[in-house]
Amino acid sequence: MQPRLKIGVLFSRVRVEEKWIFGALEKRGIDYDRLDDRAIHFDLNHPEPWQQYDAVLERSISYNSGLYALRLLNAFGVPTVNTAQVAEICGDKLMTSAALARDGIPQPHNATAFTPEAALEAIEAFGYPVVLKPVVGSWGRLLAKINDRDAAEAVLEHKSTLGSVQHSVFYIQEYIEKPGRDIRAIVIGDCVLTAMYRKSDHWITNTARGGEGELCPITPEIEDLCMRAAKSVGGGVLAVDLVEHPEKGLVVNEINHTMEFHTMQPVSGIDIAGEIVEYAVSIAREKV
Amino acid sequence: MSNVSCPECAAEITLAENMEIGEIIVCPDCGVDLEVTALEPATVQLAPMEEEDWGE
Repeated sequence: MQPRLKIGVLFSRVRVEEKWIFGALEKRGIDYDRLDDRAIHFDLNHPEPWQQYDAVLERSISYNSGLYALRLLNAFGVPTVNTAQVAEICGDKLMTSAALARDGIPQPHNATAFTPEAALEAIEAFGYPVVLKPVVGSWGRLLAKINDRDAAEAVLEHKSTLGSVQHSVFYIQEYIEKPGRDIRAIVIGDCVLTAMYRKSDHWITNTARGGEGELCPITPEIEDLCMRAAKSVGGGVLAVDLVEHPEKGLVVNEINHTMEFHTMQPVSGIDIAGEIVEYAVSIAREKV
Repeated sequence: MSNVSCPECAAEITLAENMEIGEIIVCPDCGVDLEVTALEPATVQLAPMEEEDWGE
């Protein structure tokens, strides 16, 4: 008989995804605790309260809170979904791009610089239009499509003056003429579970910015690229965002490690929350 | 079902039966985000504003 597992679910607010996850845990009769990341604290001299968990599923809305929690949990020997290393890479676009570049995985042309002057030089080498993104950010926030040198100078000055130090890591990306959509695929472990087109007339296609979802068939090319991308960042429960580049074909834009799926679950008809819970249980069983 | 009052505009809001603590609802009158902070009695507060590192 297998020992009874105990799972922790770290969260910030109960979105529909968390409701589904809690429901999936309860349906399977799994003993779990809801851990509000605004209410918990970690005493590094006393890891025992955390070591009662056979795995912790991280569903923080805050990248920093989630990442530091994962780092501490992993240091305490508690398996997590995802691991701190995966979260660190996926939560930072530049780290993700570096991993993809290391493994020869197709991605948009990217460059980076640490001063407005150097960034402007890199941008001029790309030509216009070009895209600037914060290295840490989500939901399509603070993306800039730069159409000319005047705009480049203004945005670079604003970022370096008004932003935190992180905004002075200038992440420059080629602008891609997408076919009015991009693709999000859910990869859990070694399986590409489902994929969705995110359609929008705007160049930013995040559903958080109004993009609409439509099922995307998982072609062998999509499957291969997603699996390679997931492996490149360390694997786990991931949302891989792909773009159809007019010349290069499918490229990996970014990878999310604490994905939302309130659109994908109904569009695909797949119990993504259930699959996440099954994966967390499998990670927990490896430890026990 | 239970009723709460929006702290922003005082509108009376009826919470659905399967409400969870930590869930976010939108006031139907003023549109502000509210967080369910307690059940029995049902309590809502203004939800925290989106931070720069929030997301997926």
